[in-house]
Amino acid sequence: MRTLKFLLVKEFKQIFRNKSLLPMIFMMPIIQLLVLPLAADFEIKNINISIVDHDRSEYSNDLINAVTSSGYFQLVSFGDSYQAAMNEIELDASDLILEIPSHFEQNLIKDGAQQVFIAVNAINGTKAGLGASYLNSIIQNFNQNIMVDAIASGNAAPLKNIEVVSLNWFNPNMNYKIFMVPAILVLLVTMVGAYMCSLNIVKEKEVGTIEQINVTPIKKHLYILGKMIPFLVIGIFIFTIGFFVVARLVYQIVPLGNLFLLYGYLFLFLVALLGFGLLISTYSQTQQQAMSIAFFFMMVFILMSGLFTPIESMPEWAKYIAYSNPVTYFIEVMRMVVLKGSMLKNITNHIYVMIGFAIFFNTWAVMNYRKTS
Amino acid sequence: MKDIIVENICKSFPKEHIQALDDINIEVEKGELFGLIGPDGAGKTTLFRILTTLLLADSGSAIVNGSDVVKDYKAIRRKVGYMPGKFSLYQDLSVEENLSFFATIFNTSIKENYDLIKDIYEHIEPFKNRRAGALSGGMKQKLALCCALIHRPEVLFLDEPTTGVDTVSRKEFWDMLKRLKMEGITIIVSTPYMDEANLCERIALMQKGKILSVNTPTHIKSSFPDPLFAIKTEHMIKLLADLRAIPEIKSVHSFGEYHHITLNEPSENELQLLHQTLANDKHEAIDIKKIEPEIEDCFIQLMSN
Repeated sequence: MRTLKFLLVKEFKQIFRNKSLLPMIFMMPIIQLLVLPLAADFEIKNINISIVDHDRSEYSNDLINAVTSSGYFQLVSFGDSYQAAMNEIELDASDLILEIPSHFEQNLIKDGAQQVFIAVNAINGTKAGLGASYLNSIIQNFNQNIMVDAIASGNAAPLKNIEVVSLNWFNPNMNYKIFMVPAILVLLVTMVGAYMCSLNIVKEKEVGTIEQINVTPIKKHLYILGKMIPFLVIGIFIFTIGFFVVARLVYQIVPLGNLFLLYGYLFLFLVALLGFGLLISTYSQTQQQAMSIAFFFMMVFILMSGLFTPIESMPEWAKYIAYSNPVTYFIEVMRMVVLKGSMLKNITNHIYVMIGFAIFFNTWAVMNYRKTS
Repeated sequence: MKDIIVENICKSFPKEHIQALDDINIEVEKGELFGLIGPDGAGKTTLFRILTTLLLADSGSAIVNGSDVVKDYKAIRRKVGYMPGKFSLYQDLSVEENLSFFATIFNTSIKENYDLIKDIYEHIEPFKNRRAGALSGGMKQKLALCCALIHRPEVLFLDEPTTGVDTVSRKEFWDMLKRLKMEGITIIVSTPYMDEANLCERIALMQKGKILSVNTPTHIKSSFPDPLFAIKTEHMIKLLADLRAIPEIKSVHSFGEYHHITLNEPSENELQLLHQTLANDKHEAIDIKKIEPEIEDCFIQLMSN
């Protein structure tokens, strides 16, 4: 016990003396949580639109007003030549073309139906897709209003139609920050485990201090514990700052679920991940090697975790990767507990899986550590 | 009593195609100051790593202080001190922190064994709050020696402790080793410097994983087979080439100021003849004298056999 205490004292001294590590521990959660959610914003504003109006009627004017006043679109050109608008697209100045045919108003009143034409620049798929769907819903809305006007003025019979209204549960305003911030917090903790822990152990190899340690009667498990506990503490510390300072104060995210449950799961996750960090360190001789391996897995962990894209929409084979990724489970648990207030019984499966990961990584790491030393 | 017994130790590194140790046999007495002398790549560090339980030998056995290096490795780790060739203490911890850290993991304290390291520690005590990384080379060596001694080991392994250390510090270091020897600690030290061999009680000359000779430095020097001559003229480079062209000369090696030579049939007459030949080759200020062989002469002689 005395030895472990001394190992921890030594480890913390070294961490606090590291001029580049310490600011990172404090600044990383704050800066990343402030910046990353903005970058991960799926709402698209300022879509550039070119409108070609062959009609120039009151109705076409109303439609154009509805589009430009929505706040999503920026009118870059207006005219009556489709070719001119197409040029704008080719110059990348415009993302969308809305073409209103001639006799738009006339046909709309006479036939009760009319078509408009939308052309989308699909170079940036997300922007194009979302732009088109925004425009669709604006036109839909415009349509409704015309009908209501027509009914009110007695020009048409009341319509029987079914309106579908969707309600966003657990996040009523569909505020993407509420589900992005907890997930980004998971990333931060993952970096502590995967990078800091493995780099620290490899550093001892690189400097040669591990030789000196190995000729002492120190017990291997004490040495490993002495390496893991500091990063467990740092991981929990970063999580706490991110959660209670940034998420609470900046994004007003108040977890609905039980905090003990959340921290309990965080602990399990960190044990699994530190095992992973230890594993990396047993396979690398230099910090550069450890860094490259850790970086590779971080990319996979991040992109295959359901952080940015839902796992359900991945191809079948990719789902297997996503579900062999510990980060996936923690992100799910975070979102469940923070947004939905899930209870212990809702995440039992997630807990079992994470215990599995913890045992798997740590056993492998310790076995390999024994073999190499 | 034998403190270290090495029997038929072999070790190869197949990936690098290196036979690092080839059938090594050494015995070291309790309390002896034993030197492993040999150039880089002789296998000194590999042998140390095997004896300090950091590496497993391919075959053969080794016993350190009564414990087998494979079966009783835990016991060995408690009673040996090891100072690797490369400085391997925590550079970001202070002198004192390093020392107390190593004391703690050996379950002892600085106070308990202070008398053993006092002479050495006094040199670095003024800098005890300085980070180990900021110490000079000689001070680092002293700190490393303190850390290797803090648990009062029975056997001390020092891997090239004086490499990269200035002459004054080297001398100080050897004086410290002599004092430690008086405490009854068995010391095995490796060095590539032949002049340091004379400071050991017994030495093993190593080359390419093999032991060339094990004996006291005096005995090794006296078993040099031929009379040895030192020779000097105005043109040392030309002299070396000229000497090599003379068939009567058995060996020529450059040793700083002089070239050392041995003759096939050494006699006064032959020396006269040699003097004459060199004078004919337009050498001036020819100086030939008989000298006693040094360890380096013996090493080169053994190596070329």
